[in-house]
Amino acid sequence: MCTYLTEKIAISGSAKGASGWIKVTEGTVYLDHPVHAPFGHTLNIDFLAPELGPAGRVAVELSQESARALVKAIEATLESAPPGLE
Amino acid sequence: MYDAMLAESIMITGHGGDTIEAYSARPLDGAPRGGVVVIHHMPGYDESTKEIARNFAFHGYNAVMPNLYWRDAPGASPDDAAATARAKGGVPDDRLVGDVAGAMAYLKNLSNSNGKVGTIGYCSGGRQSFLAAVSLQLDAAVDCYGAFVTGEAREGTTMVPIVDKTPDLSCPLLGLFGNDDQYPSPAHVDQLEEALKANGKNYEFHRYPDTGHSFFSVNRPAYRPESATDGWQQIFAFYGRYL
Repeated sequence: MCTYLTEKIAISGSAKGASGWIKVTEGTVYLDHPVHAPFGHTLNIDFLAPELGPAGRVAVELSQESARALVKAIEATLESAPPGLE
Repeated sequence: MYDAMLAESIMITGHGGDTIEAYSARPLDGAPRGGVVVIHHMPGYDESTKEIARNFAFHGYNAVMPNLYWRDAPGASPDDAAATARAKGGVPDDRLVGDVAGAMAYLKNLSNSNGKVGTIGYCSGGRQSFLAAVSLQLDAAVDCYGAFVTGEAREGTTMVPIVDKTPDLSCPLLGLFGNDDQYPSPAHVDQLEEALKANGKNYEFHRYPDTGHSFFSVNRPAYRPESATDGWQQIFAFYGRYL
């Protein structure tokens, strides 16, 4: 199915895509049919630079298991980082 | 046997008089032909759906697929366009109907048109094929596993069920579904069938065992060759009767 559900967040950072590094300011997260990954549905994340148009995007499609592992890894990394780093 | 066909990107007039891109595939032998509006799935106006349009031309139909994301991302690659359209909230129902109406007009104006036009859509396009058929005067419509025709509205989306529009269905409906699909589930399909029966509509459903969603998609793990092969036969038999 197409879920039609999309989480949108403001982000601050950079991502590297086909044309090199871009400043990304928005992120969208959704679980839906992938374009490339060999699964029925994947957890998809788009890191977006809207001012660059539709191609201003770095995309990942992860299996749901991979996505949950990624969330844990991100949380663990942030929690274990020395305090005070900016 | 002369079997040349022409497949090309064109511009058509869509909803609100907007000029939008479309992909046209049509036989060139000059015989009168029915037309098919191919409604692409949510992942976009992509290579696999263009192949479906060419398949209809190969089988003797004029086919056209409007790029439903043209306004959101003109000229973008299909995946980037789909992501952009999604971030903007997707395709509004009224815009879809206007774009299908524009595609119908294009088909009916072709010199080899026999005046008949049907629609087909897969996944989100299945719902949109039904939406077109309850909104426009069509000759046939095919709904391939479209979710949210029936069932409950999903929180957080603007996608609403449209089964209440069944009395307005303008043409015979062919529905193709997998029994292992959850959206639409067999219960959702039952609900649509009950509405069609209650309104005395001409419909034909085929439900495939051991088959889930997206079973026509040859490039996805959900592909089910046996179900898809039978489904294609049902589609061409159906269009053969009504287009």
